[in-house]
Amino acid sequence: MKLVLETKNVNKHFYKPKDFHVLKDISFRIKEGEFASIMGKSGCGKSTLLYILSTMDTDYTGELFLNDRLITGKSHEELSRIRNKNIGFVFQFHYLLTEFSVIENVMLPAKKLAVKSLKEIKHDAYEKLKMLHIDHLAEQRASRISGGEKQRVAIARALINNPTILMGDEPTGNLDSHNSQNVFNIFKRLSTEEGLSLLVVTHDEDFARLTDRIIQMEDGRVID
Amino acid sequence: MTNWSIILNIAKTHLLTKMKSTVTATLGVTFGIGAYITMAGFMTGLNDLLDGLTLNRTPHIRLYNEIEPSLKQPISLYTDFEDTFNVINSIKPKKSQEKIHNALPILDYLKTNNAIKGATPQLQAQIFYLSGSIELGGILVGVDIIEETRLSNINDYIIEGTPEALRNNSNGILLGAGLADKMSLSVGDRVQVSTVAGDIFPLKIVGIYQSGLAEIDNVQSYVNLKTAQSILGQPENFITDINMRLFNIEAAPEMARQLESQFNVKAIDINEANAQFETGSNIRNLITYAVSITLLIVAGFGIYNILNMLIYEKMKDIAILKATGFSGRDVALIFMSQAMIIGLLGGLLGLLVGFGLSVLIDNTPFVTEALPTIKTYPINYSPLFYAIGIGFALLSTFVAGYLPANKAKNIDPVRIIRGT
Repeated sequence: MKLVLETKNVNKHFYKPKDFHVLKDISFRIKEGEFASIMGKSGCGKSTLLYILSTMDTDYTGELFLNDRLITGKSHEELSRIRNKNIGFVFQFHYLLTEFSVIENVMLPAKKLAVKSLKEIKHDAYEKLKMLHIDHLAEQRASRISGGEKQRVAIARALINNPTILMGDEPTGNLDSHNSQNVFNIFKRLSTEEGLSLLVVTHDEDFARLTDRIIQMEDGRVID
Repeated sequence: MTNWSIILNIAKTHLLTKMKSTVTATLGVTFGIGAYITMAGFMTGLNDLLDGLTLNRTPHIRLYNEIEPSLKQPISLYTDFEDTFNVINSIKPKKSQEKIHNALPILDYLKTNNAIKGATPQLQAQIFYLSGSIELGGILVGVDIIEETRLSNINDYIIEGTPEALRNNSNGILLGAGLADKMSLSVGDRVQVSTVAGDIFPLKIVGIYQSGLAEIDNVQSYVNLKTAQSILGQPENFITDINMRLFNIEAAPEMARQLESQFNVKAIDINEANAQFETGSNIRNLITYAVSITLLIVAGFGIYNILNMLIYEKMKDIAILKATGFSGRDVALIFMSQAMIIGLLGGLLGLLVGFGLSVLIDNTPFVTEALPTIKTYPINYSPLFYAIGIGFALLSTFVAGYLPANKAKNIDPVRIIRGT
C-alpha cells in the first residue's frame, strides 16, 4: 500500500536550558487511509514529533518523506506550500482567526493555495461546513461560536484543500465528552468514507483505542 | 507567488478591527505630513517674498562707471623711479565722467543679444526736493518707465497713479511715498527739485512709489529719462546706469565679467549685490527641513510602536496563518501592507490638511506699511512639497513597518502553538 508519511531516524535536541535529546531515532510509516494515534506521557516528545511531521519545525536530523517525496531540507517557502496543499492541522485550542467570519476562516488556506476560483472555494467551504453540520454558522464571527463548534470549523479549515493527511495535536483535549465524541466520529468518518489518512496526538485512551493503530512513545522513542 | 487579494484582505481586517490604533497611527502621519506641507509652504513663501522684495528690484546685471582711484599712479610711469620705494599721500579718485562712455551703442548692442531679456538705461542724479525753505536731499532716477515695467516689478510698487501717466507727462514724477508724507504732497500736486548746481525745476506728481524699504522711499523718485537729462542739462547720451535682465539668472556672473572687459565699465551681477539673501534663504530652508523631518520621524516611531503592539496581539493569528500554509514572507507582507496603508492614507490626508492650512494662511490678512502689495500671508504651493510629503510618508512608514514585519516573518509558529 502507498505510504503517505515516513520518517527515517529523526533525532531532535532541545539546547535550552540545557541539552536534552527529545526525539531518538524515530522511524515509522503511515499508510494511505490509515487512522493512527500517537500516545505517550507528557514530555515524551509526541507533540514535538508532530510538529516535525507537520513541517513547521525544521530543526532536526534524519529524513522526512511525504507522499514518497523527501521533505527534509526544503526552503521555508516550499514547506509553506506543502503544508498548505498536503497537510491539514487541528490544534488543541481552536485557533481560528477571531476577527474573520467562520466561512472566511475555512476559505483562507484555499485562497492562499489559489488553485480554484473564489466561487468554487466558497462552494467547497460550504460543503465542508455542511458535512460537519455547522453550515448555519457560516456568516458568524469566529469569536461568537461555542468551543465544540470552533473545533469543527478548524477541522473544516484543515480539510478545505483536500490534504493528503490530517494531523491533530490533542484535538479533543479541550472539549467535553460529548464534543470529543463528536470530533472522533468526524475523524472516523473521514477515515472510512473519504479514505483520509489521519495522525492524532492524544492523551485520551478511549480515543486512541478506537483508532486503527496506536503509536506508543516513551522518553523520545517509539516503543510500539 | 504572492496572493495579494488575500494578504490585503487580512491586512484590511486587522486595521478595521483595531480602529483606534489605526486612527492614531494614521493621524500621526497626517500630522507630520500636514505640518511639513504647511511649514514648507509658509517658510518658502516668506523666503520668496523677502527675496523678491530685494531681488526683483535688483537688475541681474548693472553697468555703471565707478568713481575710483587709478590703479596706476603717474609716478609708476616714470622709468626713473622704477627701482625706488614710492609713497603717495592722499590719492584722489581719477577724474572721469559720471556717465557710461558710449552708452547708446552699448545699449543697442545689448538689445540684440539673445541671452538678454532686456536692457534699460537709467540716469541717477543727486538732487534736492524743495518744500518751502526746506531742502530734502534725494535721488532722482530717470528711467524708460515702460521698459522698466516690463523688466522689473516696479509696477507693483506704484501705489497711486500708473507708469503710463509718467510716460505721457514729460514733467511728471513718481514721488517716493516717504517724501510725499514728509512734504504733505499727493498726486496732482507740484514739487520743485533743485540740482546740485542750483537749477530749479517744477515737476507734477503723477504717482506715488512705495517700495517698502524706507531708506529708498524717503529719498528716491522716478522721472522720465529725458526729463532727468534736461534737468541736469545733459545730452541724450548721458546715461549713468544700464540695467539688464537675463533669461537665465545663472549666467549673470559670467556675463558681467565679459561685459566689464568688453566695454571697460563696472558690471555688478545679482549674486554680488545680494549674496546675503541667498545665505538667509538657505538657512531658513534648512530649519524648515530639520523641523519637518523631526515631525515625520516622530510619526514614524508612532507607526513602529503600533505595529509592534499589533504583532504581539496577533501572535496566535500569525501562528495559525503559518500553520495553514502562509509563508513568513506572506505574513511579513500582511504587516507591511498595513504599514503602507497607514502611510498612504495618513500621507494623503496630510496633504489635504497641509493644503487646507496653507489656504487658511494664504487668506489670513497680513497688512504692513512696508509691503504695499502684500495683503495676506505668503504661501508657496509648490507641488514639489506635496511630492516630498507623500514620498516621505511612504518611506517612513515603510521603514517603521519593516522591522515589526520582519519580526512577524521570523516568528516560530510551533513556539506560539505550544505556548512556550
